[in-house]
Amino acid sequence: MSTDADETAESDGPAAADAADAADVDVAELRARVDELEEQLAAVEADTADDTNSMVIIATKGTLDMAYPPLILASTAAAFGWDVTLFHTFWGLDILHEDKSKNLQLSSVGNPNMPVPNAVASLPGMDRVTTKMMEKKIADNETATIEELIDTSLDMGVEMQACQMTIELMDYDEDDFYDGVTTGVGAATALERMADADIQLLV
Amino acid sequence: MSTETDVTETLDVKGASCPMPVVKTKQAVDDLAEGDVLEVVATDSGSMSDIDGWASGTDGVELLEQEEREDGGETLYVHYVQVTE
Repeated sequence: MSTDADETAESDGPAAADAADAADVDVAELRARVDELEEQLAAVEADTADDTNSMVIIATKGTLDMAYPPLILASTAAAFGWDVTLFHTFWGLDILHEDKSKNLQLSSVGNPNMPVPNAVASLPGMDRVTTKMMEKKIADNETATIEELIDTSLDMGVEMQACQMTIELMDYDEDDFYDGVTTGVGAATALERMADADIQLLV
Repeated sequence: MSTETDVTETLDVKGASCPMPVVKTKQAVDDLAEGDVLEVVATDSGSMSDIDGWASGTDGVELLEQEEREDGGETLYVHYVQVTE
C-alpha cells in the first residue's frame, strides 16, 4: 500500500507539474493572442473611423429630364457631407457643357408622359415645344434650374468629372465645360471611385 | 419654439422645392457657430421629411422642432435646426 501510495505520489507530482506548466503556457499563449487580436481590432477601428459616406453616379443621358436626378442626388448628398463624384460620359457630358446645359431638350417621341401622340411628337420642332412646356412648369414650380444645381453642387464640393474619351468622341473642348469640372479621366478612375463608394448609380 | 430669442438666424426658402430647402439649410448651417439655432421657413411640404432625414444623417446638427403654420392662405413648414458641434 505504501508503495502504491508512493507511486501515486510520484506519478501525481510530475502530472501536477505538467498540468501547471500547460496552464502557464496556455495563459501566456492566450495573452499573446489577446494582445494580437486587440492590435488587429485597433487597426480595423482606425480604418473604419472615417465613416463619411460616399456616392458615385455615372451620368450618361443629356436630356432635360435625365439631367435632374444625378444633380439633385449629388447636391443633397453633399448637404449630408458625403463625398460625391459625378462621372459624366456620352450625352451626360452635355450636363457639364456650359452652353448645352442651358438648352437641354426633352425627347417627345416614345415618351408616354408627353401630352402629344407619337405621330405629332415626331413633327419637326416638337421637342422644342415640349421642352418649353417643361421649362415653364419648372419655373412655375420654382424647381432649381440645371445651371443652379451644377453651380450649387460644385460649390458644395461635388467632384464633377467629364470622361476624356467621350469629350473627344463628341468633339468637345475641355474649355466648353463649367469651371471646376475635372477632365482627363476615364473608366478606370470611375471604377476606382465606385469600388470605394457606399452608393453607385448609373443614370 | 417657445421663445423667439432662441433663433440665431432665419432662412427663407419659401417657394423653393427639392432639393434646395435641404441644400440651402446646409449652406446656412455652415456659417453658424456651435449652439446657434437656424429657423428654416419653407413652403415645400416634402421639407418635413427631408429636413428630418438630413438632420438625422448629418453630424453636427440636431433638429429641435418642426411645425406647420398657416400664413395668409399658404402653409408654411418651419424647422428649427441647432448646430451641435
